[in-house]
Amino acid sequence: MKKKKEHRINREWCKGCGICVEFCPKEVLVLDEEGKVKVEHPDECISCGLCEMRCPDIAIELV
Amino acid sequence: MAVRDYLRERFMPHIWCPGCGNGIVMNNLIRAIEELGWNKNDIVMVTGIGCSARISGYLDFHTLHTIHGRALAFATGLKLARPELNVIVPMGDGDATAIGGNHLIHAARRNIDIAAIIMNNQIYGMTGGQYSPLSGYGAKATTAPYGNIDQAFDIVELAKASGATFVARTTTYHVKSMIEIFEKALTHKGFSVVEVLTQCPTYYGRKNKIGDAVDLMNYFKDRTVPIGSKKKEQDPSLIERGVFVDEQKPEYCSEYAKVIERASKG
Repeated sequence: MKKKKEHRINREWCKGCGICVEFCPKEVLVLDEEGKVKVEHPDECISCGLCEMRCPDIAIELV
Repeated sequence: MAVRDYLRERFMPHIWCPGCGNGIVMNNLIRAIEELGWNKNDIVMVTGIGCSARISGYLDFHTLHTIHGRALAFATGLKLARPELNVIVPMGDGDATAIGGNHLIHAARRNIDIAAIIMNNQIYGMTGGQYSPLSGYGAKATTAPYGNIDQAFDIVELAKASGATFVARTTTYHVKSMIEIFEKALTHKGFSVVEVLTQCPTYYGRKNKIGDAVDLMNYFKDRTVPIGSKKKEQDPSLIERGVFVDEQKPEYCSEYAKVIERASKG
């Protein structure tokens, strides 16, 4: 089993396109009131890494 | 190294629009290079002009931001002078197939060891959404408000016919295969062409009423199939993705070195 990872979000770089939110297989992410990505359901995350790979702004890092 | 260690962070956040596919290509090109374990000092990135060409400014390699369509010409000179360096040329569809169309086919014909990555967003984004050679028949653009009457190139067929020895197509939705294809293209000895279907939500998506970045990526998911898929037989309009050509032919710099050797013997 993969080791559980944490999202490190760079709010300065995030432009709020919503790609990570839409394509997360576990609906872990949402856009907050400022339109920036936020980890809403961290327990559901399976650390697949698709959010960080599909982020056009390189604003998500799983560590 | 982390992905951001390959960036010139002083220039971030980048200028690309929210949801622009160019950022996804940059992200996964870095991941491919990291997987290969290449030293940043052994890489040269050469670009021309356009939204996509801005990529060379953001990456911490040796970089050349050159003139429109001529990135491959600069890259050819550089590779011949310093064949030990890994030369990567990211381009947009207009830069690669219109302004630089001749450079593309002749670099492919020579089979020089350069990796050309074509971010095909089917439009000229930087200058305001004019149609490109990849927009395709019927597409809307600021210069084709009643529908484009030009037929589109097929980059894969163009690269194959021109003699490229590695030819592949992927999309910004299929990120895992994008990384694998980039790794193969970068390590291939000879001229490699990778077409990446890349979303332009600001111009192409909006003009053609497909929608935002997510809608365009869903379009890539639904309208592309792996090479040889049964679905393609039933619906020929689907676009194939994968590796179309992977072969070995004499490489230009190696052949040039042999000429120097022959000439030196006098």
